[in-house]
Amino acid sequence: MKDAMPQLATDEGRPVADTLAQSPLAIRGMTVSYGEEPAIFSIDLTAEPGAMTAIIGPNGAGKSTLLKAALGIVRPLSGSATVFGKPLAKQRARIAYVPQRASVDWDFPTTVMDVALMGLSRELGLLRPVRARHVAHALACLDRVGMADFADRQIGQLSGGQQQRVFLARALAQDAELYLLDEPFAGVDAATERAIIVVLKELRAEGRTVVAVHHDLSTVAQYFDNVFLINRRKIAEGSVETAFTAANLQEAYGGRLATGQIDQLVLGMV
Amino acid sequence: MIGAEFVALSLPPLLIGTFAAIACALPGNFLVLRRQALIGDAISHVVLPGIVVAFLVTGRIGTWPMMLGAAGAALIAVGLIELIRRLGRVDAGAAMGVTFTAMFAGGVLLLEQSDTSSVHLDVQHALYGNLESLIWLEAAGWESLLDPVALASLPPELTRITVTLVAVVAFIRLLWRPLKISTFDEGFARAQGVPATILGLALVVTAASAAVAAFDAVGSIIVIAMFICPPAAARLMTERLETQIWWSVAFACLSAVLGYVLAGYGPLWLGGQNSVSAAGMIATVSGMILAATALFAPHRKAS
Amino acid sequence: MLRDALLLQMGYNATLVALGAASLGVAAGATGTFLFLRKRSLVSDAISHATLPGIGLAFLVMVALGGDGRWLPGLLAGSALSALAGLLCVTWLTRHTRLAEDAAIGAVLSVFFGAGIVILTVIQTLSSGRQAGLETFLLGSTAGMLFSDALTLAIGGALVLALALLLRRPMIQVAFDPGYAETAGTSVSRTDFLTMALVMAITVVGLKIVGLIMIVALLIIPAVTARFWTNRAEYVVALAGLFGGLAGYVGAAISATAPALPTGPIIVLIGFALFVVSLLVAPGRGVLAAGLRYRRFQRRVHLRQGLISLAQGQPVYERMTRRLLLREGFLRADNVITEEGRARAAKVLRDETRWQEVRRSDSLAPLAMQDNGMTDIASVLTADQLAEIDRRIGGPKRVTA
Repeated sequence: MKDAMPQLATDEGRPVADTLAQSPLAIRGMTVSYGEEPAIFSIDLTAEPGAMTAIIGPNGAGKSTLLKAALGIVRPLSGSATVFGKPLAKQRARIAYVPQRASVDWDFPTTVMDVALMGLSRELGLLRPVRARHVAHALACLDRVGMADFADRQIGQLSGGQQQRVFLARALAQDAELYLLDEPFAGVDAATERAIIVVLKELRAEGRTVVAVHHDLSTVAQYFDNVFLINRRKIAEGSVETAFTAANLQEAYGGRLATGQIDQLVLGMV
Repeated sequence: MIGAEFVALSLPPLLIGTFAAIACALPGNFLVLRRQALIGDAISHVVLPGIVVAFLVTGRIGTWPMMLGAAGAALIAVGLIELIRRLGRVDAGAAMGVTFTAMFAGGVLLLEQSDTSSVHLDVQHALYGNLESLIWLEAAGWESLLDPVALASLPPELTRITVTLVAVVAFIRLLWRPLKISTFDEGFARAQGVPATILGLALVVTAASAAVAAFDAVGSIIVIAMFICPPAAARLMTERLETQIWWSVAFACLSAVLGYVLAGYGPLWLGGQNSVSAAGMIATVSGMILAATALFAPHRKAS
Repeated sequence: MLRDALLLQMGYNATLVALGAASLGVAAGATGTFLFLRKRSLVSDAISHATLPGIGLAFLVMVALGGDGRWLPGLLAGSALSALAGLLCVTWLTRHTRLAEDAAIGAVLSVFFGAGIVILTVIQTLSSGRQAGLETFLLGSTAGMLFSDALTLAIGGALVLALALLLRRPMIQVAFDPGYAETAGTSVSRTDFLTMALVMAITVVGLKIVGLIMIVALLIIPAVTARFWTNRAEYVVALAGLFGGLAGYVGAAISATAPALPTGPIIVLIGFALFVVSLLVAPGRGVLAAGLRYRRFQRRVHLRQGLISLAQGQPVYERMTRRLLLREGFLRADNVITEEGRARAAKVLRDETRWQEVRRSDSLAPLAMQDNGMTDIASVLTADQLAEIDRRIGGPKRVTA
């Protein structure tokens, strides 16, 4: 590499127009800045259809920001995102978003069922009444994450893991093609983690695309097909085998991971 | 007391007070849940400069100039607060404090500067209204409610607050789902394509309209009290937003009716001769209700 | 005339008012800063509105005891007691119920004020012959200010100011990091209460002159204004005192020049004018400076991203990026990169490659964490380190796209 033209991680070689049109989520040249400090800089990302991709990187690397910018929740300073080849605005119905659990006020006066029904809000529109089939659908989604028995519970009474499952059920209710999850495994119990990963793998089996911000390096290889390594800049993108390497981890975490740790992670994978 | 005199003297203020209370309490539910309760405080302080400016521009005290002036002032205040908060990187509370105190001071100064002695426009009136004076002269009894001639002389404040209440109810009902979703989880709402910023602004404008319509009749103190106390008390009664709304309406009605009755008749029962401020009493009763719920309501503590 | 007023040549009373207002402004500005830094500015709104029932009750009590209800120290004592009650209500509601502080503040301020109005109407009807004039506490009044009133302001203001300065360390510590303060042995709840007590004292002292609605302005506006000029808490306190004092002094002087210029509103508006000027022109945090800086920054980001794209032979999607590249002469209208563009792109690309090398190097990798895409590499690495990196990646390459 050193002898050739200086090369950076690019998707060179791939026909750009083609991948853009096919990809469930394609981000190009995205920079988001809070004040004069870019949280992410010039990010290109192309999600593989029907695969599970983990966005990984150290704290403050801009993982959540990347998701939020892709969804239009924060406004990028430059760059754009397309969903299935079209601008986001027309594709909202095809995306489900699971925000960080801590981003909402769990003291809000509402029930588990109500939250699950929020996933149907696009279908219900402003005034269409909630019918039995809507409730049945929401209940089925709660059942998929093992929360059907809690349907009438006030959301503030749930444990962290249960809250996360309800968030996932809401996303399931949307019946989307692209699932974007922000730290779905953060602070949840082992049983919840297993339940969530089972559901995500089911989604993949159904041909849906999953992109999740993930913080636990030890489970990356076990859970995901692809990784996207970020530390404000894109460090690497590709399959777990090719991109989740010791060199790339070292580059993303800048020596914050001990070399032994990295070896263990990468070796454990093989 | 349930005779002709009641219809002429007490029914209009009771209705106006009750409608004003409900119109403010409804958007108040969302303001309280969004930690924006003090927007109501800010809005009600800037209504005064809005009305004074409208008077100075048009030279008279008319319904429409007043409503527009007050609504304009509320919008300017909200815009200024956002601007100061974002551009100056100042917390929302301080931004509000800067904005509404300065605008209120401007209103007082303009009022002192201009010759408003001929018209009914003063700071006291702005603060606590004059609910007691809103009587229905033509009313001869309950049958007047069916008499078009008599109905035409109903206090205009009643018509105004009724129309406003209908509009507020329509707003909340129509946008119920996006309001609820974006109040609970703004990120999710935005990802769903809900224009959360515009919706938040619309909520504040609705609250401002309620404040402006209520303000003329009952003054700004009731407005702040009704934005906050009934919804806050209602929150402590239930864990469901739908139920909370109904509780807040019930508490608003109770405050308005009980407050009006206590202000009018309370002093007589205690051997006094004159009534006390109905607006002040309504705010006081709403505070008593909040105190009672804070002490005894089933859901007063976070689970 | 204004010059006379500012130079205290407008007579005894105007001089008293100006000095009193200035001293009040300094004390309120400095004290309010602690609230502002704690992000609890609007607690002062609850405190000030909660004084009203106390004023009324104090009047009633003094009349019932056969005295003159208008005795100022008595009224102020009443106002302090009811402000304290209001403050305790806010604290209790936030601690013992699920309500947030903003709802508690709003509830307390409106209910106490409403109750105050009820009591005022009772007073109005009690003794028609003895007009209490308690309404002046709403908007304040300097008419007929006595030497003793001015003295109260000056002494009260000075006392509060002295206490605030004495307690500034724990108060700043709590505002900055309550968790740390607690572990460092500063009681957060006690410090908070002391701050509130000082705010209450200022409110009571200022009631007569600017009124209970506008005293809030004197507590909040100078602090917010001062924040634009400095990042150090102690300087914010000092500057807020300065701005508050200035507003009080100039406001009172202006108001002395004409009868229809009420003191309270003028003081507040002068304070607000200082705020607006600071918001706009303060270096650093001011809107103009920050806006210009941000715009420059945005252009730099676009230009840099555009150059990276050019260097990698990728199309430039963004319209703004393209426009900037054209304007700088790096790109021709027919999308062909110019010689100058080639040179710049090569430089940008080299920096990118340098950063990559830094990230990959075992010893320098931690330094790469400071890179946010726009970071100048020479500001992070020493010349020796940079030379070492350059040795590893070889010389600059010509962009051939």
